[in-house]
Amino acid sequence: MIVTFLMSAIAIGTVLLFGCIGETITEKAGHLNLGIPGIMCTGTVGGCLFVSLYMNSLENPEGASWIALILSSLFGAFLFASLTGAIYAVITITFRCNQNITGLAITIFGNGLTQFLMHSYVDKSNFSTAGKIIAQSLPFTEGSGGVVKVLFGHGFYVYFAIFIALIATFIFNRTKVGLNLRAIGENTATADAMGVNITLYKYVAILVGSGIAGFGGVFYIMDYVKGSWENASTIEAFGWLAIALVIFTLWKPNISIIGSYLFGALYIAAFVFGNISFSEREILKMLPYVITIIVLIVTSMMNKKENQPPQNLGLNYFREER
Amino acid sequence: MEKTVVLQLKNITKRFGSKVLANNNVSLDVYKGEILSILGENGCGKTTLMNMIAGIYYPDSGKILINGEEVIIRSPRDAFEHKIGMIHQHFKLIDIFTAAQNVALGIENEKYNLKSVNNRIKEMAQKYGFNINLDKKIYEMSVSEKQTVEILKVLYRGADILILDEPTAVLTPQEIRSLFNVLKAMKDDGKSIIIITHKLNEVMEISDRVTVLRKGEHIATVNTAQTSEKELTEMMVGEKIDLNINRTEPVDSKLRLSVSGLTVKKPDGYKVIDNVSFEAFGGEILGIAGIAGSGQKELLEAIAGLNSYDSGTLTYYHPKKDKPVSFYHKTYKRVMELANENAFKDNNGNDIDFKKLSKKEIKALVNEEKILFKEDEVIDLKDKSPREIRELGIRLSFVPEDRLGMGLVGSMDIVDNMMLRSYRKGKSLFLNRKIPSDLADRIISELEVNTPDSHTAVRKLSGGNVQKILVGREIASSPAILMTAYPVRGLDINSSYTIYNLLNEQKQKGVSVIFVGEDLDVLMALSDRILVLSGGKISGIVDARTTTKDEIGLLMVKSGKNEVTE
Repeated sequence: MIVTFLMSAIAIGTVLLFGCIGETITEKAGHLNLGIPGIMCTGTVGGCLFVSLYMNSLENPEGASWIALILSSLFGAFLFASLTGAIYAVITITFRCNQNITGLAITIFGNGLTQFLMHSYVDKSNFSTAGKIIAQSLPFTEGSGGVVKVLFGHGFYVYFAIFIALIATFIFNRTKVGLNLRAIGENTATADAMGVNITLYKYVAILVGSGIAGFGGVFYIMDYVKGSWENASTIEAFGWLAIALVIFTLWKPNISIIGSYLFGALYIAAFVFGNISFSEREILKMLPYVITIIVLIVTSMMNKKENQPPQNLGLNYFREER
Repeated sequence: MEKTVVLQLKNITKRFGSKVLANNNVSLDVYKGEILSILGENGCGKTTLMNMIAGIYYPDSGKILINGEEVIIRSPRDAFEHKIGMIHQHFKLIDIFTAAQNVALGIENEKYNLKSVNNRIKEMAQKYGFNINLDKKIYEMSVSEKQTVEILKVLYRGADILILDEPTAVLTPQEIRSLFNVLKAMKDDGKSIIIITHKLNEVMEISDRVTVLRKGEHIATVNTAQTSEKELTEMMVGEKIDLNINRTEPVDSKLRLSVSGLTVKKPDGYKVIDNVSFEAFGGEILGIAGIAGSGQKELLEAIAGLNSYDSGTLTYYHPKKDKPVSFYHKTYKRVMELANENAFKDNNGNDIDFKKLSKKEIKALVNEEKILFKEDEVIDLKDKSPREIRELGIRLSFVPEDRLGMGLVGSMDIVDNMMLRSYRKGKSLFLNRKIPSDLADRIISELEVNTPDSHTAVRKLSGGNVQKILVGREIASSPAILMTAYPVRGLDINSSYTIYNLLNEQKQKGVSVIFVGEDLDVLMALSDRILVLSGGKISGIVDARTTTKDEIGLLMVKSGKNEVTE
């Protein structure tokens, strides 16, 4: 029971972690991307589409290679998610429209498009086979229990998420690229005056961030629920949780590893404990948001500059504005 | 020795939109190892011109030559490649970064290694005589430290041509002196320095040559040694102007405001205002000097009721003496209450026996303005709301660093901004737009606001005009106390003097003017007394007619004791 609970918590946490890293990267570039929930949805379609294309190309789907499956799902998810991100990027960077409104529109659009494509165009017949192969992609998956299973019993995606989070932390804190990116989010005009290519950085940050967020959705469908498409509408909800998680983790991807598992645990607790009433379950599901609000209050009371959101978050930049 | 030309501008023209011609056909030479001042009124295109050298803007036509070769500078990065660096008026620094991180920002062609950056900063600091603490983050630094980081940033990139936009505007006299020493050390090292400034005495002190711009055009470039402040002013303005502030002796000096033991704490317990006591009189200008952030804003906001205070009293003497009661109170009930307190006299100065009069007679006397107040009303401001305080005649016009942040709404037009102060008047469901519209027209014509019409968004006006509207609106309400902070922030000479004259007029009308300023020369020429704040305490109140700049400068940095010297 406790093993299942922790396994599920980490899995849900991984979905959130992808979304959270993606959103953190775009926010570091000063763009509040409320389109992340929608982008996670379209990423799901992309991943699923490429998986089904690959599976259908095989004569014996049962014998599909896990590497090929993971690569095709990663590729599809990144492609579709960053394409959706590109729409957001063009509208907010090039045309300088309001980021919040654009983001919300992208979320509505992305969710709708996903439902439409998944129901009409994606062949879902081999999903459960593919899901099983992806979930059991790594050697420790079978035959162990307890702590070993909790730590090592996951598919490739879980470790990939941790890897990306650590890489992102390294890039933010230890590299020139990270320094420039953070500078853009803090004070775009300054970064510009220092010769940083603002437009390029913003586009890359949004495209890469969106792409990473897209992994979350495809992981959920292909690994966690092993190819069943019925619960897909929850992906949008995960997107909103991921955005809350960015605040909770104070825009630090390394903290977000722990934070996302905590959020995952809180989320899944509502479903694991079977003998609670409907209202108790809803209250449990509320907890991540409540904690986020508390963190917001605490950090703003501490008033430490480093823990505040990027200063120019949500502001579009136009050099010759007077 | 023959001077070598390092930078040449040829026939530079830049337009913003179709209407605004920022620079017209400007040509300019900069020599190696010189300090060149660019002088001009606000909106004359100084900053725009420099921004084109620094790659922020791109000229519509004209050429830029560096060491005799034509170059194209499309971005700040291009400028750095040509060894040009600009220190902007509003610092371009990332608050949560250290000095080294800010310096390393945007540098492409070297490894990211903060230690070696720090070492090179230390070397430069020694070479030119900077003072810098490398562990501090920008948000913990003072204005002058931030400026040092800005200069380091461009030096680190190997800049040989440094452009400084209004570098002294926010520094204390002592800090200005050390900045000038640094600039001279850099000049001796063979660097060319272009400095944009309004302050003529600094131009005379620091620069080798002066270029004067007016309305986007190049007027003249002269050797500093062969010119005078007067000549420069005339070139800037295009006509002879009187540079003297006409300071009159205070008249009708009645106590208007008494502040005693005022203390304002931040939420974390830090005292921004610490046990401040002073008095302000009608008919005088009380100047307030101090390093930026010494509590000027908090003091004014506490008086205006915008900020709560922790202890102390604010007593206001409402100028009712000799004024008819009908100015202030309309209802019979209130008049009778005050009559019982023996507050009135008749227009001959005698007591009125209200018991002998009928209600009708009293009402008639009120309407004929024959019932006058004997004394000013003493009001404790403790429990008053900001609106009540404003209606009592205590007006605040605060010009923050970004100039638009307080008091005016940038996207609204002039009329609507006037209405911000009057929308409560009138009883109808609909707003009366006539009165604010008339007021707007009056301010535009009387203060010579340069605007297409009264329905132009305030944001689109230049700084000086915005400030005229802000100050003009508060003056129009005929206040008893006019508090104004940095009203000439970033203004050119002409507009500044318009504002000074406005304040002087108010003083002569018996208004108590409290003037928070940055420029000590102006403070000393305009004020009657100067109160110096240092770290939230009063470090001295001096007579503006006899004090010296050095005395005030020392008081500005003095810490600790809260004694009042007269």
